[in-house]
Amino acid sequence: MAKAPARKTTEPAKTNRERPEEPKRYEASKEQLLEFYKQMLLIRRFEEKAGQLYGLGFIGGFCHLYIGQEAVAVGLQSALDGEKDSVITGYRDHGHMLAYGIDPKVIMAELTGRAAGISRGKGGSMHMFSTEKKFYGGHGIVGAQVALGTGLAFAHKYNEDGGVAMAYFGDGAANQGQVYESFNMAELWKLPIIYVIENNQYAMGTSVNRSSAEDQLYKRGESFRIPGIQVDGMDVLACRGAAEEALAWVRSGKGPIILEMKTYRYRGHSMSDPAKYRSREEVQSVRDKSDPIEQVKRELEDMKVTEAELKAIEAEIRKVVNESADFAEQTPEPDASELYTDVLVESY
Amino acid sequence: MAIELKMPALSPTMEEGTLAKWLVKEGDTVKSGDILAEIETDKATMEFEAVDEGTIAKILVAEGTDNVKVGTVIATIAGEGEDASAAPAPAAAPAPTPAPAPAEPAAGEDGGPKKADSGTKQLASEKAASVKDPAIPEGTEMVKVTVREALRDAMAEEMRKDPRVFVMGEEVAEYQGAYKVTQGLLEEFGPKRVIDTPITEYGFAGLGSGAAMGGLKPIVEFMTFNFAMQAIDHIVNSAAKTNYMSGGQMRCPIVFRGPNGAASRVGAQHSQNYGPWYASVPGLIVIAPYDAQDAKGLLKAAIRSDDPVVFLENELMYGRHFEIPNLDDYVLPIGKARIVREGKDVTIVSYSIGVGVALEAAEKLAAEGIEAEIVDLRTLRPLDTDTVLESLKKTNRMVVVEEGWPTCSIASEIAAVVMEQGFDDLDAPVLRVTNEDVPLPYAANLEKLALITADKVVAAVKKVTYKG
Repeated sequence: MAKAPARKTTEPAKTNRERPEEPKRYEASKEQLLEFYKQMLLIRRFEEKAGQLYGLGFIGGFCHLYIGQEAVAVGLQSALDGEKDSVITGYRDHGHMLAYGIDPKVIMAELTGRAAGISRGKGGSMHMFSTEKKFYGGHGIVGAQVALGTGLAFAHKYNEDGGVAMAYFGDGAANQGQVYESFNMAELWKLPIIYVIENNQYAMGTSVNRSSAEDQLYKRGESFRIPGIQVDGMDVLACRGAAEEALAWVRSGKGPIILEMKTYRYRGHSMSDPAKYRSREEVQSVRDKSDPIEQVKRELEDMKVTEAELKAIEAEIRKVVNESADFAEQTPEPDASELYTDVLVESY
Repeated sequence: MAIELKMPALSPTMEEGTLAKWLVKEGDTVKSGDILAEIETDKATMEFEAVDEGTIAKILVAEGTDNVKVGTVIATIAGEGEDASAAPAPAAAPAPTPAPAPAEPAAGEDGGPKKADSGTKQLASEKAASVKDPAIPEGTEMVKVTVREALRDAMAEEMRKDPRVFVMGEEVAEYQGAYKVTQGLLEEFGPKRVIDTPITEYGFAGLGSGAAMGGLKPIVEFMTFNFAMQAIDHIVNSAAKTNYMSGGQMRCPIVFRGPNGAASRVGAQHSQNYGPWYASVPGLIVIAPYDAQDAKGLLKAAIRSDDPVVFLENELMYGRHFEIPNLDDYVLPIGKARIVREGKDVTIVSYSIGVGVALEAAEKLAAEGIEAEIVDLRTLRPLDTDTVLESLKKTNRMVVVEEGWPTCSIASEIAAVVMEQGFDDLDAPVLRVTNEDVPLPYAANLEKLALITADKVVAAVKKVTYKG
């Protein structure tokens, strides 16, 4: 299936329930757009390097790359308040961490299983956290982060700290039962949470159409009275605009909201997935027509950013990524004694 | 002939209750469905309905009477054409006073069918430990409370102390707890901190774990641990592993609590001991107390802990009374077993409701000159193997008593530990006394056969002491 064009409009509600406004594409300044560009490019190059290191045997186990989906994490997280809002996601988590400005070195070192990794080498690709940045992981069980994220939202409301939780999950996770248990409680208790469905069209090898009775995933909250908005997840400014609208809704105490981000992953589900369930032409067509980074690049050129400037950015990012890879290859593995640490917090 | 109205049981475990109020008087005509009286236990209040038609002939137990035993004739109804006033009071009406032990069912005395006797009756003991906690100061006043009240008090005290602590679960707030463990908490702490959830175990276990990761200290009540099977992913994968997976960055200080193990006549899906399941998971603390003192002291410790705790209670024990020290802040250490009875001939290791069975067995054994030492594990993870091995050094014989299945049980684990670390102290093989290796049956006689008894413990002890 070729990527369906992202809907530009959301169907009007059939009831008289209050609905969020139709999001507006964010109007970024040149500086902001450059920043988005840098962040997306960093994710792209970082993930390409991670794929390479996986192929060389430096990274083990499961490794899920974010290539193609960069606009979602960058656009959404740019709208959050880093001081009070929290973020949680599933196992495809490298991009969200980079979008939060976490040092690429400690992420890559975690991927190679080193002591200097953000989880001291004990978590790996799927289990990375930064409580300092209010990034709560990195969860390997499909859909678990939805209930956990609802708990983060509960804590924001309990503490009256004004924070909002953002819980990312995929189109595959959208069919898990606990997602709906969470929707029910979140709306019942008006919890401050944005549910972000990153619809990259394939749950591993199963397309949305083959797995979902209602494939318009933004409607999945309707029976819980949670409004949903479908967003072009390949357009970083559309993502940012949708985040603004969603945050306005949630911060005003109206409870949860769903954002369905129509996006696409270029690589297989994980490094071990050859992606035979779709054609090479399908992937190439998305890359040609709606690559999120190329789109921003064109807009930057329209804003008179020179090719030399863009090349300098590219060079700088390659340098950062290469440094992170060198660090991740050379920094030592955890000490054997680390095997027994952090099982429990206290001693009994 | 007059129809006898007997004190009803509101639950399979109810043995006596209070006849709170009569809603009819002698001479009233009643028909089936009319409410005759209100019956109360510490757990619930129920309306007692008429099943037969006729006239209330005699009220035999006055309203406000406490400790009316189940099966006591409380009134008689005269049927159509009978003279209500002439109906004689039944001669054999038992006195409405507490009896020391539950009476055996009257087997066919009145020609009626034999009443089912649950196997769980033999299970829930009220036997107290004969060894006192040395940490309790000399002269401390002791008060008698139920396990249910001890658990509630533990939560209330910790909630007063720490505003991050809250309770959530099914029926914990307005209903006052499905088993009344959270009675009164809503009134004191309000709906922000005592939260009724929908029936959605997976969801609220995940929500609770997320709230703990976000800095709160949730107490998640499962109506029973059987329902926590729906939520076990969050207990094991989210709560237990996060601290390790994050290299010590992200904690999950949460308490999952509720009744565990066999209840009375509820069948296989509601009767299971999850102690061995959770105790096999690194990253969890697993606690299973026997009496009220441990229930209180250990639940307080669990709530204070920065680690995720699975706190296994027992429904059959909720209404049992025990003495606990009247201290402002009685907290017990996690991970420490307790000698509840001293003896020199054999060590009986148990936990939770099994401790009472062991205590009953020890009395029988003492009458035959065998002195059993009883170790109550209290915490199943981390397991206090030192206390178990120390006791074995003294007695050289061991029996493990567990209300649960034998395969991959705590009893198996103790046997393995003892073989690995105490082999030279053993004068006989370690024996396990556990439930039968079958799903728990409903039929009363089969249920009784499936569960542990003091007699089975006595037999095992005689084997290991070569006196059988």
